[in-house]
Amino acid sequence: MDLGTFLIQVLNGVQYGLLLFLVASGLTLVFGIMGIINLAHGSFYMIGAYLAWSLSQHFGSLWLAILAGVVLTVLIGVALEWLLINKLYHRDHLYQVLLTYGLILVFEELRSVIWGNDVHGVAVPEWLAASIRLTDTLAYPVYRLWISAVCLVLAVLMYLLIQRTRLGMMIRAGASNREMVQSLGINIQLVYRLVFALGVALAAFAGMIAAPVSSVFPGMGNQVLIICFVVVVIGGIGSVKGAMAGAILIGLVDTFGKIVQVEIAGFRVLPELAGMTVYLLMAAVLLWRPEGIFGRRL
Amino acid sequence: MAGARVRLAVLGVLALALAALPFLADKFYVQLATKILILAIFAMSLDLLVGYTGLVSLGHAAFFGFAGYLLALVSPQYEAANLWTSLAIALAGSAVLALVIGALVLRTSGIYFIMVTLAFGEMLFHLFHDTSIAGGSDGIYVYVRPVGTIFGWQPFDFEDFTHFYLVVLVAALGVYALLRMVLASPFGRVIVGIRVNEHRMRSLGYHTFRYKLVCFVLAGTLAGLAGYLAAVQFGVVNPDMLGFHVSASALMMLILGGMGTLVGPAIGAAVMMTLELLFQKITDHWLLPMGVFIVLVALLLPRGLVGLVTGARAKDDSRG
Repeated sequence: MDLGTFLIQVLNGVQYGLLLFLVASGLTLVFGIMGIINLAHGSFYMIGAYLAWSLSQHFGSLWLAILAGVVLTVLIGVALEWLLINKLYHRDHLYQVLLTYGLILVFEELRSVIWGNDVHGVAVPEWLAASIRLTDTLAYPVYRLWISAVCLVLAVLMYLLIQRTRLGMMIRAGASNREMVQSLGINIQLVYRLVFALGVALAAFAGMIAAPVSSVFPGMGNQVLIICFVVVVIGGIGSVKGAMAGAILIGLVDTFGKIVQVEIAGFRVLPELAGMTVYLLMAAVLLWRPEGIFGRRL
Repeated sequence: MAGARVRLAVLGVLALALAALPFLADKFYVQLATKILILAIFAMSLDLLVGYTGLVSLGHAAFFGFAGYLLALVSPQYEAANLWTSLAIALAGSAVLALVIGALVLRTSGIYFIMVTLAFGEMLFHLFHDTSIAGGSDGIYVYVRPVGTIFGWQPFDFEDFTHFYLVVLVAALGVYALLRMVLASPFGRVIVGIRVNEHRMRSLGYHTFRYKLVCFVLAGTLAGLAGYLAAVQFGVVNPDMLGFHVSASALMMLILGGMGTLVGPAIGAAVMMTLELLFQKITDHWLLPMGVFIVLVALLLPRGLVGLVTGARAKDDSRG
């Protein structure tokens, strides 16, 4: 592998990792702050991607589609929290798993009813459709760089929101002591609803901007969900910093697992077993630090 | 102790009724009942983890599918495998897998445990889905069902659906009896103690990790038995057998029937299979009503169907 290819793959890995971060950060916030395990989180990624596809055809513009899609998914998130999720705060994780698994089936099947089961491509917006030439034979698409940049900006905004604003203070306080925050006159229910909606919006947004790169297909939500679980386990539950570290790590490992060729005793180990690399990484982290890289001791 | 005697009597009547089924119903229903019993074994094995030890595993299908794959891999292509050796390999294989995975996942607890078990299930899925070890995403066929002879005598023929049904019935009753025995033993009291308060058990001097690991291996092995039987029945194994949906629907059977009761998960398996058939008859998009049903059960029926019947009594000895 020459340097050019290597750099391109690093960029790809980081871009994939940053995208995973958007999904995983919502997941980890909802765990950390609300104590809810939400299996349906991946479904919002899928819903986002399908909305980007169908709305961009309708409006003729991906930007309008993203704008309308984010508004729509935030509404869905608020409605879900209000109707179902808030019934789960004091219940065992088992019921959270079950209810949100039921939601996966509902969302996946609604997707099939509304949009069918075909795979669709989404066009890259015109002014981002160019590529940057690196060498005579290698070029890098601007759209992927744009994805990375947007994800980074969102990550910084999220950091500022949580660490530097009044709302962020309530969120952090709610995570450590729900009753105390309530007795100080803060509507913790509202804070939870906002956090859940924020998580939903981030996942859906990730699906939308990923659509032109990864295409839009059935089952895409579960795939992302499970990888994001791995990210959260590696980074440490409830830690946004951990989600970032885990996501970049997984992005790079997954990307290089698919292109590196490794042979052991005549067997082609990689890329044959590329799908397993991220899980092996997780197993290693479990051996080393079961609570995750940035997690609190269990 | 009167409760135990009543339970034994009810179970005896139920077992007799089930044994009479092939003589009363036609092939379709016998095969459906076989499938339900296999899933009942699977769900009961998960109940040992979730309902009794308090370990919510979302990757239990890994052992179910792995044992099925082992049968497919050791079967000669166009001849019958030996039932005893292939079963022993499948059970030993899922036990070893459960030992390895258990040693890793039991380092975590709570939400972590749920996610990590799910992830290891997916790892197995990728192992069989992405590689050519066993037919990749298409899976692998078991063309001829295994034959079990005892010194040349062949007590049953798996190609006969009635025989197979009766063997599965005996296996299900055997698993039930085994788990009851385990739970009644001192070991069983310890694992229930772990669910209720692990810290207290540890300060009493119990090495709780070892107890949990033994539980995990036993549950994984029994899930392997179910997976082996499923592979025999359907004659095919594919990566979906290891996947997330199989694990999640087993959890659903637990909750629906009533976890921590052993009988509940078996009832849950029967109700789920029946509902699945019913919904499939009504619509192609049967997962939609199924999803809504699951959401409603999670919200409204925390103690399951058994909990509805036994009411307050189940409340006392289920979730501590």
